[in-house]
Amino acid sequence: MSQDRREFLATAGKVLVLTAPAAAYWDALAAGKTEPAEPAYRMADHFWGMVVDIDKCIGCGGCVRACKTENNVPPEPFYFRTWVERYHVDPLSEHPEVDSLNGGFNGFPEKFAPGDKAKSFFVPKLCNQCAHSPCTQVCPVGATFESPDGAVLVDKTYCLGCRYCVQACPYGCRFIDPRTETVDKCNLCYHRITKGLTTACCENCPTGARQLVDLKDPKDPVHEFLRTHKVHVLKPQMATGAKVFYNALDGSVR
Amino acid sequence: MEEGLLHAVQGYMYPNEIELQWSILIVLYPFITGLVAGAFILASLERVFNVAAVKPTYRLALLSALAFMIVAPLPLQLHLGHPERSIEMYLTPHTSSAMAMFGFVYLWYLMAVLVLEIWLDYRKDIVLMARSETGWKKTLYKALSLGVDNISEESLRIDDKLGRFITIIGIPSAFLLHGYVGFIFGSIKANPWWSSPAMPIVFLFSAIVSGISLIMLMYMALCVLKGAPVDMPCVDTIARYLFYAFLIDFSIELMDLIHRIYEADESFQTLDFMVHTRLYTSQILIQLVFGTIVPLGFLALTQLVKLSEGARKGIYTLAGCLTLMGIFAMRWNVVIGGQLFSKSFLGYTTYKMNFATKEGLLPAIILLLLPFVILFVLVKVLPPWEEPHEEAKVAAA
Amino acid sequence: MNRLFKDKEHLVRVAGLFLAGIVVFVVARAILVPKGFGQYGHYRGGALADVRSKPVVYAGRAACVECHTDEGDRWKGGKHKGIGCEACHGALAKHAADPSALKPEKPDAKTLCLSCHAVNVAKPAKFPQIDPKAHMDGGLCTTCHDQHAPDKEPKK
Repeated sequence: MSQDRREFLATAGKVLVLTAPAAAYWDALAAGKTEPAEPAYRMADHFWGMVVDIDKCIGCGGCVRACKTENNVPPEPFYFRTWVERYHVDPLSEHPEVDSLNGGFNGFPEKFAPGDKAKSFFVPKLCNQCAHSPCTQVCPVGATFESPDGAVLVDKTYCLGCRYCVQACPYGCRFIDPRTETVDKCNLCYHRITKGLTTACCENCPTGARQLVDLKDPKDPVHEFLRTHKVHVLKPQMATGAKVFYNALDGSVR
Repeated sequence: MEEGLLHAVQGYMYPNEIELQWSILIVLYPFITGLVAGAFILASLERVFNVAAVKPTYRLALLSALAFMIVAPLPLQLHLGHPERSIEMYLTPHTSSAMAMFGFVYLWYLMAVLVLEIWLDYRKDIVLMARSETGWKKTLYKALSLGVDNISEESLRIDDKLGRFITIIGIPSAFLLHGYVGFIFGSIKANPWWSSPAMPIVFLFSAIVSGISLIMLMYMALCVLKGAPVDMPCVDTIARYLFYAFLIDFSIELMDLIHRIYEADESFQTLDFMVHTRLYTSQILIQLVFGTIVPLGFLALTQLVKLSEGARKGIYTLAGCLTLMGIFAMRWNVVIGGQLFSKSFLGYTTYKMNFATKEGLLPAIILLLLPFVILFVLVKVLPPWEEPHEEAKVAAA
Repeated sequence: MNRLFKDKEHLVRVAGLFLAGIVVFVVARAILVPKGFGQYGHYRGGALADVRSKPVVYAGRAACVECHTDEGDRWKGGKHKGIGCEACHGALAKHAADPSALKPEKPDAKTLCLSCHAVNVAKPAKFPQIDPKAHMDGGLCTTCHDQHAPDKEPKK
């Protein structure tokens, strides 16, 4: 298990380092243009997703803090591009007990006693970057959309703030930014991943529980990972084509 | 923003769900468009289905529909984060979005059905007033007549034929108008309180019920104000159609309820709990008992037992008011109720309605009163007291 | 022609008004729809570049080890090699771009270490976690652990 993890991290590290020069080139090219003539980053080469490993998440909240810092998310406890939930599952109870104080921004103070016959774990949540996204389906004007490389993005200059997409998302990942009165949500740090960096949350996760994946890259370890692990998406019955894959997700997770 | 909201959360809500997205303004919107559709259906009863008894309310129904139709987009504009961008819905409508397509349904209904039909029905009176009035009123009526002075029998006959044709198209248009609003909610698979194929039908029939009640109440009130006798065969007929429409509406909602209780899917427990706690007053008491069962009972009484004119007028008034209250509660329960529970099915939040803010109670009250102000103006410009379209001449010709 | 439109002139004028409305709509669309709309799908093509052009706030660990080779080597050889530098040191893209522009503050070892390593029932059992009272009775973690390679002794 730890051998897998080392290999995984080594490969990921190599991928990151190799794309740094491409990132610099892209930066120079993308500065100040609407659509560059010959971009180093080609959308057709990528199809983004994420793998979240529940067995590794320690609920430190580093991802929540990093995301709010990187993406200038409002600090109040009603606006999260990503958040962490703590589940406490008692086998005799019909429903799990879930909490997420300030989205897990300050971690989780101990609440449960060890040895109480329940199981507890953390579940990071974010936009699932759905391939058949119900939120983009309902946008009346085309202010939110699926990019050709698989990220669900928001055009802040075009959004009306009607909140229909917020209602249509089954995962509760959207919110209205009170400062711009337009919708906002996790966009997989699109400004980073198109420069060869990883997302802010993955960069700052201390255990590697969150990993950015490129489903179109044959060398991405995600293919092997999906083949060898039992993975789930959230609310599969909604058929959203979610591209955030959870390893070791318990059935009680909503 | 509202730290107090956090304390009002019971159980677990996804953090982004704690603050409600759609306010009382979004409750107002289906209520107002429902009144439009319902008033129009009542008007079409006479025009298309030749229910002659309701003729005295024909013009009033059309003008009311127009007054409410004009106000309908206002709660939406107030609610939008960027109302100045709302034209984008017409410039780049996303065809997969019910909200976008509704913009065109609204426009079609307003211009091609309502405005046109009113104009055709009133054209003779407009031209007569253009001839007889003076000063700015003369200019107004001349403009409304589009500068055409011809009110020959032939031209009026053509108007009547065209008007009838428009009403025939208008009926499915009215169905589309409010059925679409139902679909805006009913097509959201993420929300089990809303997601249902029955939503468009439920919305439509509750719209018809509310529109008929409104016109019935307004007609009786206007008769009292003018000191004129109430045309009893007219209101009796209206009340009868109200009763029928209400029965259908109630049946469909009841079927949906029975289906939910019986199948008891994953969302049932959380919704059931919500209805019995946070939504108890508005759903059980206001919508179901006093807004549906009581008026239905009273209306049934008038259909089964011969009552005096005074008793009937009293019952119609009471039933009409209770019905309007019940249908408003229904919109509230759909819109607000659909946001009170968490999509995790593990918790509930509260709706904090402010008073004098952009989306507060005060603008809602103003927007509900505004159509009556507009109607007052419309009634002055296009008095509904004259006989509408000349049926007799058509039959003779 | 006149016979055809006799008694229908008002309808012709209405039709004219509707037609004028449609023309206005078409012209307005041509003027007001943003350039590049529909380029890739039902959205403004330029939005992609808008999102991409947002500033990067976390430099990423690759940028750090370019200059900080000593710490980088020690880090890569220890148990914290999977953790990005900025997870503890904060967002430092500004510092990576111009080191003198922003001097990062030294993180407070005690609170930082415990934010991950304090024992919690919900953490995976295999994750190293301690009760701060039982383990060193609330003492400073860096007394025994090198923060960059915690399985090794701290640098003298």
